[in-house]
Amino acid sequence: MAAADSAVTFLTERHRWHWSEALPWIVAVGCFFVFPGYLAFGAQILIAILFALSLDLILGYAGIVTLGHAAFFGAGAYTAGLLAARLGWSEPLSCLVLGAVAAAALGFVSGWFLLRYAGLTLLMLTLAAAVLLSEFANAQADITGGFDGVTGIEMWPLFGVFNYDLYGHTNYVYALATLFAVFLAARRIVHSPFGQALIGIRENTNRMRAIGSPVHRRLVTVYTISAGMAGIAGALFAETNAFVTLDVLSFQRSAAVLVMLIFGGTGRLYGAFFGAAIYMLLEHNLAKLNPQFWEFGLGAALVLTVLFARRGLLGLVEDFGARFRSAPS
Amino acid sequence: MAHIADVTFNLLFDGLAYGMILFIISVGLSVTMGLMGFVNLAHGAFAMAGGFVTVTLVGKLGMPFLPALLLASVVVGAASVPFERLLYRRLYKAGELDQVLMSVGLVLIAGAAFTFVYGPAPQALKLPAALDGPVTVFGQSLSAYRLFMVAVGFLLIAALWFAFERTGVGARVRAAVDNRRMAQSLGIDVDLLFTLTFALGSGLAALGGGLAVDITGLTPAFAVQYLVFFLIVVAVGGLGSLKGAFVAALLLGIIDNAGKYLYPEGGGYFIYAATMLLLLLRPAGLYGRG
Amino acid sequence: MTYKALLLGAALGLASAAVTAPFAAADTVKVGVVLTYSGVNAEYGDQITRAMELYQKLHAADIAPNKVEFIKRDSKAPNGAAAKTEVQELITQDKVNMLAGFVFSPDAIASAPLATEAKIPMIVLNAGTAWITNLSPYIARTSFSMWQSGYPMGIYAAKELKCKTAAVGYTDYPPGKDSLEAFKRGYVGNGGQMVDEVPMGNPAQVPDFTPFFQRVKDKKPDCFYVFVPAGVHATAVVKTYNDLGMRKAGVKLIGPGDIIQDTKLQQMGDNAVGLLTMGNYAADFKNPANVAFVKAWKEAYGKDSTPDFMAVAGWDGTAAIFHVVKVLNGKIDPDKAMAALKGWKFNSPRGPIMIDPDTRDVVQNEYVEKVIKVGDKLGVEVVHTTTAVKDPCKELKVDKCGQ
Repeated sequence: MAAADSAVTFLTERHRWHWSEALPWIVAVGCFFVFPGYLAFGAQILIAILFALSLDLILGYAGIVTLGHAAFFGAGAYTAGLLAARLGWSEPLSCLVLGAVAAAALGFVSGWFLLRYAGLTLLMLTLAAAVLLSEFANAQADITGGFDGVTGIEMWPLFGVFNYDLYGHTNYVYALATLFAVFLAARRIVHSPFGQALIGIRENTNRMRAIGSPVHRRLVTVYTISAGMAGIAGALFAETNAFVTLDVLSFQRSAAVLVMLIFGGTGRLYGAFFGAAIYMLLEHNLAKLNPQFWEFGLGAALVLTVLFARRGLLGLVEDFGARFRSAPS
Repeated sequence: MAHIADVTFNLLFDGLAYGMILFIISVGLSVTMGLMGFVNLAHGAFAMAGGFVTVTLVGKLGMPFLPALLLASVVVGAASVPFERLLYRRLYKAGELDQVLMSVGLVLIAGAAFTFVYGPAPQALKLPAALDGPVTVFGQSLSAYRLFMVAVGFLLIAALWFAFERTGVGARVRAAVDNRRMAQSLGIDVDLLFTLTFALGSGLAALGGGLAVDITGLTPAFAVQYLVFFLIVVAVGGLGSLKGAFVAALLLGIIDNAGKYLYPEGGGYFIYAATMLLLLLRPAGLYGRG
Repeated sequence: MTYKALLLGAALGLASAAVTAPFAAADTVKVGVVLTYSGVNAEYGDQITRAMELYQKLHAADIAPNKVEFIKRDSKAPNGAAAKTEVQELITQDKVNMLAGFVFSPDAIASAPLATEAKIPMIVLNAGTAWITNLSPYIARTSFSMWQSGYPMGIYAAKELKCKTAAVGYTDYPPGKDSLEAFKRGYVGNGGQMVDEVPMGNPAQVPDFTPFFQRVKDKKPDCFYVFVPAGVHATAVVKTYNDLGMRKAGVKLIGPGDIIQDTKLQQMGDNAVGLLTMGNYAADFKNPANVAFVKAWKEAYGKDSTPDFMAVAGWDGTAAIFHVVKVLNGKIDPDKAMAALKGWKFNSPRGPIMIDPDTRDVVQNEYVEKVIKVGDKLGVEVVHTTTAVKDPCKELKVDKCGQ
C-alpha cells in the first residue's frame, strides 16, 4: 500500500508549485531594479529563454530533434515586422498573437509532413526546410528587404500607454510578462495527460503506438504549439528591436537555441531559463572582455558542462539540491 | 549559344568536380559520425586543422604540396588521439545531445584558438604549377585542380572500401560498430579500435581540409561555415555507409551544379531541395542501414 | 510615466556638472566602435581597427591635450539586433560621445534609430547600402556606397571599353543587387546591351562559381561585370575565370574594387594581370598621403601586411572623429559635431575626399585600376579617374535613396 500511496502522491504532487520555482521570476523582476542600464540586453535574454522554452516542449518532452526551429521564430518575426512596417498595423499585442498564429500554421503544415520521420533524418529535413524558407525570404527581397531587413517598424505604445525608450524599460517588462504567460501555458501542457503521453512517445514510440496512442497526431499537436511559442518569441524580437533581417531564419539561430537548451538541460522547462540566460550572459560579457577571442571561453563552458554536469547546468543544481536535502536526515 | 554536347559535358564534369569537393570535405565525418555514431559537429575543426597545418608546411617550411597534405593528415590524426581519449570516449554511451554540446564547444574553442595563432584573414596556399590553371580536355577548358580532386576522390573511396571491406582490421571495426559488446567478448580490443578509427576519421578530415583550401578558402571560421554541407552529405548518404556518402556527394554536386547553370535565380534552393527530396524518398539515406 | 525624461534629466545634470568641474581641462572623447571581431567576418573588423589605432597613435598630438578612447564591441552575427544591443549599452552605460564602425548594413540600419534618439554622431566605416545615410541626421559615412563604383564602371564599360554586350554576376544580397543596378544604369544608359544577370548564391555558400561563369561564357558577352564580397570569395573569381578559359573566349572580366582587395591581390597570381576594376583605393597609389600611410602601416603591422579599401575607410573615419574633437575642443555636442563633419575635406590616402553637406555621405574619386605585374609581385595601375563622385543612388533618387 505504501508504494502505491507514494506513487499517487508523486503523481499528484508533481504538478504542484515548488517554492524554488519562484526563484527565476524573483531574479528576473529583481534585475529590473538592480540593473536598470542593461534592460535592452535583458529583454533579449528573456526572448532567448522564450525561444528555448518552445524548443524544450518538443525536444525535451516529445523527443523531436530539430535544427530548423528558427523557421518559426522567423515566421513570427516577419509577421510582426511586416504588419507594422508594410501594412501599418503596429499594435504590439495583436502582432504577437498574429506572429504566433502564422508560426503555428507553418508548424502544423511542416509537422504534418516531417514528423513521420525521426532522428538524423528529421534533423536534416527540418534544417533543409528552414534554409529553404530563408532562401525564399531572400528571394522576396521586395517585401522582406532581404539581408538589409525590414526597416521602419514603429510599434504603437503598449496598451496605448507605455512608450519604448532608449533604456528598454517597457521592452523588458513586456518580454517578462509574455514569457511568464507562455511559461504558465507550457507548464500546464507538460503536466497534463497529453504531456505524459508525449513523454511516453519520447521514451518508447512503438509501445505508445501499441497501446493505441495516436502518436503522429500528438506530435503534430505539440509541434504546432511549440511553433506558435517560437513565433511569439520571434514577434517579440521584431518588436523590441524594431528590425528584422534574414538572420532570424538562419541555421545559426536554430543551432544556437538547441545548444542553449542542452546547455541548461532538456525536459524540465527551467533548463531553458538556465541555458539561455547563462549562455547569453557568457557570450555578452566575454565578448566585452575580449571581442576577438570570447568564443574560446564560451566553448570551454560548453565542454566543461558536458564533462561535469550530465543533464545540463540544471542537472548540477538538482544534484546539489538532492545532496542538500539528503544530508540532514 | 554553345553546342548542346559541350554544355552537357561541362555540366557533368563541373557537377562531378563539385560533388567530389563535397565528398572530400565530408568523408572524415562519414567515418566519425557515420561509422562510429558520434554526432561529431567538430569535424570541421579537424578539417580546418589539416588546412592550417598544410598551409604552414607549404608556405613557411617550403614543403611540396602532396607530402605536406599527407603529413598534415597524419599529424592531425595523431593529435586527435588525446581528444578521443579524454573527451570523445566519455560520451560514446551518452546521448546525442551531450555529443552535440561538446562538439559545438570544441568548434568554438578551435575557432578562437586558430584566430589567435593565424589571425582572421584567409590563408593563401601556393599550388604546384602542374595543378594550377586550366587544362584542355576534349576541346574544353577545365581546371587542373578540379581534375586532380576528381582523381583523389576516386582514389579515396577505393582505398577506404578496401580498408574496411577487405582487411582484417576493417572487419573488426565493422564488428565493433555493429555490436560493441559482442565484439568485445570475441576478444577484440574495442577501445583501441575506436581510437584508431577516430584518428582515421580526423586524419581524413584533415586531408579534406588541406585539399579544400584552394576552393573553399581557409579561415578560422571554416568549421562553422560549411557544417551544413558536411551533415547533408553524411545524412543523404546514410549513416554507416562510406559508399553512400560518396554517391550522395556526387548526386548532390551534379544536381546543384546543373540547377545553378540552368536557373541561377534558384541557386540557393537546389542543394537543400535535393536533400529534402532524397531524404523524403529514402529516410535512412541512400545506403543507410535502418 | 517616461523613465526616459527622468534619466535624460539626470544625465544632463551630470553632464553640466562635468562641464563646470574645475579640473576638466583635458577631455577624453569616448567612441564606441562596433565591428565584426569574431567568426566568419572577423577579418573585416581586424583590418578597420588596425587603421583606426594607427591613426590614433600617429595623430595623438593633433588633439592634445584631449584624447580619444575607443571602446570596442563585437557585432557578432549580422542580424542587426546584436549590434543594436551593443550600441544601446555603449550609449546608456559607457556614455560614449560618438559611434563608429558597422561592417554590415543591417547592423548600421538597426542601430540608426538609436543614434537619432540619443543624438550620438555615428560614423559608418564600411556598410555600403546606399540609403543608410538617410536613416538618421546623425549618420555620416567615410567608406562608400555600392553605387559609387558600379555606376561609373557601367559608363566606362560602355564608353571607354566599348563593350557592346555585358553580363553581370553578383552575390545575391543587397550589396550585390546594388552593384548590379548601379552598373546597369551606367551601362545601359550609355548604349550598352545586357545579355545576362546571374545571381551567384549567398555569401554563406561554398564559393564555387563554376556553373555561373560557365553560363556566362556560353553567352559570350564582351564584358563580364562581377561583384562578390571581399574576402575568400574574391580569389575564386579570378581563378574560375582563368580555369574556364574565358579570357581566351574573348570575355573581359571587370568589377568593383572589392574583387581585387589589396589583402587578397597577391594570392590571385598572374591570372589577375590585366583585370580592370573600379574602386576608391589601392595600396599602390603613389600620392604622398598614401605612400606615408602604407609605410606607417607596414612599420606597425609587418611588411607582408597591407592596408586595403576597408582600412582606408577606418583611417579616414578616425580622421573625421579627430577633426570633430579638434574643432569642438573635446566637448562633443552632437549637432555641432555634425555641423563640423558636413563639408569636411580631407587629404586621404585614396585622394581628396569630402563629406557631402547634403547627404553626409562621402564624396570621393573613383579609379579604374588595372592589375599589372611589378617584378614578381602584382600591382595596381590607375588608368582612368572619375573625380568627386557623389553617391549616384541618391543623386538619381533611385527607390529608397530618394526618400
